[in-house]
Amino acid sequence: MAKSSATKDAQALFHSLRSAYAATPTNLKIIDLYVVFAISTALIQVVYMALVGSFPFNSFLSGVLSCIGTAVLAVCLRIQVNKENKEFKDLPPERAFADFVLCNLVLHLVIMNFLG
Amino acid sequence: MMKVLGFLVLLALSSALTCEAAIFKPISHSHRSAALELFTPADGSFKSFEEAYEALRTFEVLGIKKQPDQRADTCASVVDTLSSPSSALKDLFQALRVNGLLNCELNKKAFAGIVPRLKDAVKIASSLLDSYYSVGSLVLIKGLSSDVDVHLESADSVFRAIKALGQSDGRWRYSSNNPESSTYAAGIAFESLAGVISLASSEIDQSLISMVKNDISKLLGGLEKYDDGAYYFDEKLVDAQGHQGPLAASSAVVCGITSFATVSAENLNLPGDKILGLARFFLGIGVPGNAKDLYYQVEALASLENNRVSMPLILSLPTNVLSLTRKDPLKVNVNTVLGAAAPSLTVKLKQIFSSGSKDSSVIDQDLKFDHKNAVHYLDALPKDIDVGSYVFTFEVVLHDSEHRMIYATGGRTKVPIHITGVIKVNNAEISALDSDLGNVETRKKLDLAGENSVCLSANHLQKLRLSFQLTSPLGHALKPHQAFLKLTHESKLEHIFVVHNSGKQFEIILDFLGLVEKFFYLSGRYDIELTVGDAVMENSFLQPLGSVELDLPEPPEKAALPPPLVVDPSSRFGPKEEIAHIFRAPEKRPPRNLSYAFLALVLLPFVGFLVGLLRLGVNLKNFPTSAPATFAILFHLAIAAVLSLYFLFWLKLNLFITLKALGFLGIFLLFVGHRTLSHLASTSAKLKSA
Repeated sequence: MAKSSATKDAQALFHSLRSAYAATPTNLKIIDLYVVFAISTALIQVVYMALVGSFPFNSFLSGVLSCIGTAVLAVCLRIQVNKENKEFKDLPPERAFADFVLCNLVLHLVIMNFLG
Repeated sequence: MMKVLGFLVLLALSSALTCEAAIFKPISHSHRSAALELFTPADGSFKSFEEAYEALRTFEVLGIKKQPDQRADTCASVVDTLSSPSSALKDLFQALRVNGLLNCELNKKAFAGIVPRLKDAVKIASSLLDSYYSVGSLVLIKGLSSDVDVHLESADSVFRAIKALGQSDGRWRYSSNNPESSTYAAGIAFESLAGVISLASSEIDQSLISMVKNDISKLLGGLEKYDDGAYYFDEKLVDAQGHQGPLAASSAVVCGITSFATVSAENLNLPGDKILGLARFFLGIGVPGNAKDLYYQVEALASLENNRVSMPLILSLPTNVLSLTRKDPLKVNVNTVLGAAAPSLTVKLKQIFSSGSKDSSVIDQDLKFDHKNAVHYLDALPKDIDVGSYVFTFEVVLHDSEHRMIYATGGRTKVPIHITGVIKVNNAEISALDSDLGNVETRKKLDLAGENSVCLSANHLQKLRLSFQLTSPLGHALKPHQAFLKLTHESKLEHIFVVHNSGKQFEIILDFLGLVEKFFYLSGRYDIELTVGDAVMENSFLQPLGSVELDLPEPPEKAALPPPLVVDPSSRFGPKEEIAHIFRAPEKRPPRNLSYAFLALVLLPFVGFLVGLLRLGVNLKNFPTSAPATFAILFHLAIAAVLSLYFLFWLKLNLFITLKALGFLGIFLLFVGHRTLSHLASTSAKLKSA
C-alpha cells in the first residue's frame, strides 16, 4: 500500500515537473538538450576508460574535459539567456552567445593542444 | 713455476751479454736455411739479373747445391742481353756475372761484338759506376774465354781516371760533378782498380798502386768501432742508390780491398785486428731478415775467407753457460768466418775476470785439442771458480809461423761465461715466537728441496721467523738476486717481504704487532710462499711452504680498508659485458572492434541531440535574410574554419602556424560575428519595443 502510494507520489512529482518544464522557452530547451548531449558523451568516454584502461591518458582527459567544459559553458549561456534571471536583464542574449562561441573556441584550442 | 724462473735466468743472461765481451759465431746452418727461404723468388723467376746474381752467389758461398729451377729461363735472358747491341752497361755486367755462376752455353762470337764496346766504354767512362760495370764485364769475359783480347792498352790512364774521383779521406765520389763522397763508392772503386790491374797489358805504374794502398789505409783509419770489438764503415751519404747502410758499405769495401790485394803484388799491411773486427761486425748481425743484407754479409765473409792477406779466425763457444755441478768442460771452437776448420793452433786461457769485482786472476793454461770433434777444451775449471758470471780471456796461438802472417786472430778475445751450479739449502726452519721473551712456541723444520705444508697459528703479539742457509758448491755464501717471502691472505691480498742475509744465513722475522695495519687487520689463513732465484742457481725455486693462521685484533674505526683486489690485467682487455637495451613494452591496446563500438556509442548522443532538436521543433526562421544573411553565413563559415584549423593543428600543424592563422581568422570572425549578432540584437529590440 505504502509502496504504491510512494510510486504514485513519484509519478505525481514527475508529472508536475514535466508540465512545469514544458513551460520553459524553446531556446532554453535547446541548451538543455545540448548539455545532456555533452554530458552523455563524456559519460560514454568514462565508461570506455573503465572498460579498456586509461592508456592514452591525455586523449581521454581531452575528450572528457572537452565535453564537460562545453557543458559548463552551455550552462553559463543558459543562465545568461534565461529571462527570469533579473541580474542579466540588461545583457542581450546575442552577447551571451558571442561569449559562448569565444569561450568554446579558446577551450578547444587548449583541448586540441592537449590531445596529442 | 720453473718456467718463470727460467725466463728470469734468460733475462739476466741476456743483460749480462751486453758488456764488452761478446760471442760471435761463424756462419752456420741457420744461414743456409735462411738463404733458401729468402732467395726463393715468389713468382718462380728472378726479377732482375742483380737479384739472380745475389741469390746464386749466396748459394754458392754457403755451399747450397740446389740448382735453381729457373736456370733455363735465366740463361735464355742472359743470352738475349749479351747478343743485343743496345743493352745497357749495367745489364751486360749483371748478365755476365750471372753467367759466371750458371755457366750458360754462350756463343763465343757474341763476345767479339761486346768487347770493343766495353773497351770504348772504359775509355770514355765519366762516372765511377760506368767504369765499374765496363771493367767488371771485361774481367768476367777474360775469365770465360781466352780467345778474345780484353787487354787494355791505356790501363794507366784508366787507372788515373778512376783514382781521380778519390777523396783525401779514402772515400770516393760517384762522378766528377757529384761532390758527395761515399764509402760504398770506395769499395766499388777498389774493385774496379783491381780489375784494371788484371786487364792491363803492361805493368801499372807502382806509384799509382802505392797511392791506392795509401787510400786503403786512410779508409781503414776511419773505421767506426762498437763496444764489443766489431768494426764497421759508416755510410753517411744517402742518395738515390738506396740500401747503402753500414752493412752495404762495409761489404763493398771488404770485397774491394780483398780483390785489390789479390791482384796487386804488394803487401797491403792490413791491420789484423781491424780485419777481425770487420768479420765480427758481419757475424754479429746474425741471420739477416732480408735477402739484400744476407747477400752483403755472405759476400763480405766470402771475400774475407778467401783472401790471402789476412784471414780472420773466429773464436766461439758452443755454450757460455757451464754447470759446476755437472762438471761441464769448457769448450772453445776456432773456425774461419764461414765455419771451416782452422790450421793447427793452441787456445790459451789467459785471464778470468769476475764480473762483480774489477780484480782478475791470471791463469796461463793451454786448452787441450780434441781432434775428433775439432774442439779445444778444458777438463776442469780452475779450482777457485765458483758460481757467477765471469769474463774469460783467450788467446789463439798459431803453431806455424807462416800462418801467423795469413791469419788474423786479434790478440786476446774476451768471452762472457756464466758458471751455474746447484745451491745447497740448509737448516731451513720456520717458527712462531712469543713477542716479548722470544720464546719459541712452535718450530718446524723445512725441507726446501721437497714439498712442505706447515700449519702455524699466531696472534698479533707473536712473531714469525723464517731462516735458511744458502751454500754454493765451493762452500761460499751466495746472495741470490731474489729472495722473497710472500704471504697471501684468503682474500687474495698479497704481502711480499725481502729476506735479507748475513753471510750464509738468511733470516726474516715478521713482527705481527707492527704489521697489523699493513695486513689491514685481516685475520684468517695466510699462505706462505718462498722464492729464491738467481741466474747462476740451477735449483731456483718458488715454493709454497704452508700456511699460518693469524688472529689479529678487530680494526679500530679509522683503520684503512683493504684495497680492492687487483683485477687480472688480461681481463681488462677482454670483451665487455653486453649492454641489454630495455625498450618500453607497448601499452596493451583494446580490441579494435571494441573501440569502433565506442566510437559509434559516442556519436549516438549527437544523433540524440539532433533528434531532440527536431522534436522541439527548432527552425531557422530567425536566420537573417537579404544583406545581413551574407554576414551570418560568413560567421558560421568562419567558426567552421576555426574548427577545421584546430583539426589540422591536431593532425600536422605546429602551434605557431596555428596561432598565426587563428589570429587572422579571429579578427575576421570578430568582425563578422559582431555584425551578425548586433543585427540580431537590433531586430529583437525592435520586436520588443514594437
